[in-house]
Amino acid sequence: MTLLVDKISFSYPKKDVINKIAFSIEQGDYLAVLGTNGAGKSTLLKCLNKILKPQSGTVYINGIDSSRLKGPELAKNIAYVPQSYDCSRKTVFDFILLGRKPYIKWSVNQRDIDIVENVLKLLNLENYSMRYTNELSGGELQKVIIARALAQEPKVLLMDEPTSNLDLKNQIEVLKTVRYIINERKISAIVAMHDLNLALRFANKFLLLKEGEVFAFGDATILNSELIKNVYGIDVAIEKFSGIPVVIPI
Amino acid sequence: MDINKDKELLFQYDEYKKHIIRKRFIIIALLIATIIVFFWAINAGAMSIGPKQVVLAILGLGDTKSISTVMNIRMPRVMAGVIAGAGLSVAGCIMQNNLKNPLASPSTLGISNAAAFGANVAIILLGAGTIVNTGLGEIQILNPYIVTICAMAFSIGSTLLIISLSKIGHFSIQSIVLAGVALSSLFSAGTMIIQYFSEDTTKVAAVIFWTFGDLSRASWDEIMMMGILIFGSIIYFIYRRWDYNALDSGDDTAKSLGVNVERVRLSGMFVASIIVAVIVSFLGIIGFIGLISPQIAKRLVGSDNRYLIPASAIMGSLILLISDTLARVVLSPQTLPVGAVTSFLGAPLFIYFLIKEE
Repeated sequence: MTLLVDKISFSYPKKDVINKIAFSIEQGDYLAVLGTNGAGKSTLLKCLNKILKPQSGTVYINGIDSSRLKGPELAKNIAYVPQSYDCSRKTVFDFILLGRKPYIKWSVNQRDIDIVENVLKLLNLENYSMRYTNELSGGELQKVIIARALAQEPKVLLMDEPTSNLDLKNQIEVLKTVRYIINERKISAIVAMHDLNLALRFANKFLLLKEGEVFAFGDATILNSELIKNVYGIDVAIEKFSGIPVVIPI
Repeated sequence: MDINKDKELLFQYDEYKKHIIRKRFIIIALLIATIIVFFWAINAGAMSIGPKQVVLAILGLGDTKSISTVMNIRMPRVMAGVIAGAGLSVAGCIMQNNLKNPLASPSTLGISNAAAFGANVAIILLGAGTIVNTGLGEIQILNPYIVTICAMAFSIGSTLLIISLSKIGHFSIQSIVLAGVALSSLFSAGTMIIQYFSEDTTKVAAVIFWTFGDLSRASWDEIMMMGILIFGSIIYFIYRRWDYNALDSGDDTAKSLGVNVERVRLSGMFVASIIVAVIVSFLGIIGFIGLISPQIAKRLVGSDNRYLIPASAIMGSLILLISDTLARVVLSPQTLPVGAVTSFLGAPLFIYFLIKEE
């Protein structure tokens, strides 16, 4: 499974948001999309699964031009975890079942139920299935939203700042969960995030955006203090702590 | 394999099944209540028939007087109540979902006011109705077809205008609601001007009488037409129930689940609006039911559209039938405007549900 992004651009009538972005990922990749606020991270993610339609460029999924795939077909390949979520009152089970939407023809079948059960088990959410989504804590809800995305059986998981409303423990737990499902389900994930240290700890590939363009793309070796200064405009030192690189603003 | 975990999972799934069965049970209970009220409604009236005679009359048996009263007078009225109640309520349910606004209802998009404006044009400007003293101070609309056609033309026109505006102008859902409110006040201003300059007060009385809403107004043909339209629409809404569930989670999430959000929303709004336009044109304005019935149904079965859509439809029929029957029997032989009774009955019930929820 590969996702190849070939020079996609998106602009609103008076403002270019992303410009000729190109990169690719393979199965098992955990790609952190980094950049300042307004760099185009969210827009890029939305262009990958046609929530927004790029004005030019192509996204290929396993060599197939994604614009040729109909909505439900695309949804079977790419799932999306939004940054903010409208939380209507639903049981966790019903909520995760919604992830089967691309597969449901007239009504839910046993396979759909089995998949929801498996996802509940995979994310240790068994005891939550009858809880209501509007009564969950931030960390619990985030896991449930990820579970819904996994019920789509996607090949690529897109996540827009999944840790922005979470405490440190939940931030780590959610990102660890993503690493776990990448390995378990043999999929890949593209995660827009702000925290460079968490990115360094969990991701294996990095895409740095600046003013809507790719500033750098590659593995952890590309992340140095000069690059971070260019992208974020601050001086940092990168030290290793127990073998994990840590970014320290100076 | 962790056996304990699997057992736990099985238990959870059993719990979920119970949760689903509970919802189905509520829908069946509502349906049974509606059937009971249906017979009560046919039985209620100036001439007492008795439940047995009612059943016999429906089957075409019994004495001719009972058959005539049941089949020609009460049955059309009760059927109109069942159909219009279901239609207005399910339309409100879809509008509330599609516009993500619990206040959305048939009157939100200005459809009711547009129909009323059409009736004003027909009765006052085209002279389609006036007061005829029938001894009971009743008002007769001289040419109901012109009134119905005008009401329908304006309400459907208003619907098409809003839908095309939102398509061309890429309106957000908030803008659709606001455009509806704007059109609504435009039509009520038009109505005011027509009535203000009308020299014939009997015509103004006739048009006000029209706006009250009356289930006995529709003929069998019109009831059949409404029935087919509303039945077809409910099937369409049920077919789309998963799309509406996805819309509940936000547009981006719905799109990421493969839903064509714009198409689903515009077609849902269009079908719901046409239902309302047709009902209002045939029966006059029956307010509030499209707002409260889906909200009460939601409090009983939850927001899952698999259950909410049928529950809303049945709840609408139930509330409208009860309201109309009370309207007939409370001050018998005088009949109260059904729209007023709907609000008298619905508002306290709705407030009770709100308090219970808190």
